[in-house]
Amino acid sequence: MKFLVCISKAPDTTSKIDFTDNATKFNEAGIQYIINPYDEWYALVRALELKESSGGEVTIITVGPQADEPVMRKALAIGADKAVRINAEATDSGFVANQIADYAAKENFDIVLCGKETINYNSSQVPAMIAAHLDYPLISLATKLDINGSTATLQRDGAGGEETVEVQTPFVLSAAKGMAEQRIPNMKGIMAARTKPLEVIEPTGSDVHTQVVSYEMPSGKAECKYLEPDQMDQLVELLHTEAKVI
Amino acid sequence: MKALVFADSKDGSIVKSSFEAISYASKFASEVTVVTYAGVSDDQLSALGAYGAQKVIKASSLSDNDSQALTSLVCSVAQSEGSEAVVFSQDFTGKAVAGRVAVKLNAGLVSGAIDYPDTSSGFTVKKMAFSGKAFAHVKITSPIKVVSVLPNALGAENKGGSASVTEFSGQIEGSKVKITQSAQASSGGAAPLPEAELVVSAGRGLKGPENWGIVEDLANALGATTACSRPVADIGWRPHHEHVGQTGVAIRPNLYIAAGISGAIQHLAGVNGSKVIVVINTDPEAPFFKAADYGIVGDAFDVLPKLTEAVKKFKAS
Repeated sequence: MKFLVCISKAPDTTSKIDFTDNATKFNEAGIQYIINPYDEWYALVRALELKESSGGEVTIITVGPQADEPVMRKALAIGADKAVRINAEATDSGFVANQIADYAAKENFDIVLCGKETINYNSSQVPAMIAAHLDYPLISLATKLDINGSTATLQRDGAGGEETVEVQTPFVLSAAKGMAEQRIPNMKGIMAARTKPLEVIEPTGSDVHTQVVSYEMPSGKAECKYLEPDQMDQLVELLHTEAKVI
Repeated sequence: MKALVFADSKDGSIVKSSFEAISYASKFASEVTVVTYAGVSDDQLSALGAYGAQKVIKASSLSDNDSQALTSLVCSVAQSEGSEAVVFSQDFTGKAVAGRVAVKLNAGLVSGAIDYPDTSSGFTVKKMAFSGKAFAHVKITSPIKVVSVLPNALGAENKGGSASVTEFSGQIEGSKVKITQSAQASSGGAAPLPEAELVVSAGRGLKGPENWGIVEDLANALGATTACSRPVADIGWRPHHEHVGQTGVAIRPNLYIAAGISGAIQHLAGVNGSKVIVVINTDPEAPFFKAADYGIVGDAFDVLPKLTEAVKKFKAS
């Protein structure tokens, strides 16, 4: 089975976020990049587990500049077989999805796995967009994936609760918490990653339909009002009359 | 501008986040059409006029929420209606369908909008970025705009009125996904976390899963949904779907009560969209107090039952 895992870089979750150039650019000074946690912990690790149990090949793909390669090497160290980088800035989810779909269409992957969202833009749209380009079914917010031949059984979160679904390959999924557990790469993996293939492909022409005009920081909170444990009647009163939330 | 809104339903009723999406569209569009599916009564659909819809188109024959089937429905209606904007709620279904529709309509998409579009120079939408640590203003440059609205961000305005209801007559692509089992959400009668208005959350300060009764008592008294911090979900005290924070569910309820959670930056990122935050912690130096509106320095085992009693007294009065 051929797996394609889409990965994106993201600022380390402890990063303090800040902007430059009149709040139009993300300030990368001092930022440590990691693999977007949903892509790494859930999508990548589950693909590796399935490859280990039933055979196959795991390719990772990212849309980004050369500076993203250390993050890609980490995915190879965790166990992916090869990497593909589309040499372009990932500025618009439609553009990113189009690039990934163009590559995937040529390679006949059985399962395309994405994290459910990135922690920088939280849009949760690239998986649906890739599925649209390829005309594949999409299982979004999947928490479990098992395969038996060309039939996959998944669990997903939905408005009514958890659903179990069956789908034939090929398909696209977005992975949520529960699908797998984080893996720490070992020394052997890190050494092997250095020589694994990392192919660089130039982007295919594609329209960009959105652009970030500016960023904004949340306004600071007013001072916290402290109450004593014995003043819970007052707290309820404040929540009702002052905050008006109950 | 002509807008089309996708409305989702659950157990035969249109969901609250769809009222918000319709209300959102009516703020910038002169004509609002709603497209929906499955068995919702015509009376309920007509009542969507109260939120600003003029027309509702329903596909009664379509019963499941597969993204391919819904995409073909929404695109077909968008084309026949000449829609210039398509609005979704950024809920479970919206996350699966909005991106698909944007691709098929060759349109730009902003997902997770938290304010109405600024149309003074083009069409610019404000959304959360960096998991709630910042906001981004994103301009859509394509002729057709697709927007998905974050649940509970803007509310729904009921202005009264009714909409016409017609049956969809086109073709819908078949679903390739077979649902073999559906389990009801375990949040009981409470709203699912992303849509909840009131949330009671607890962390390691509760010392063990056997102590969650006092958290549930407060949630029940308020009619709130329960949540937890990441360590608590990771060690299995609480189910993963209750984990709120940067790598869990991001929420923006009206009221967030956090007991025994110190307030690490990753947790704050997932909850700082909350309108009002109440923090209960034994440590006066807990970073969460800096993000709180109301703080109680005290033991959750002492404070939570007292707060529950106070809420019950308030509700009874």
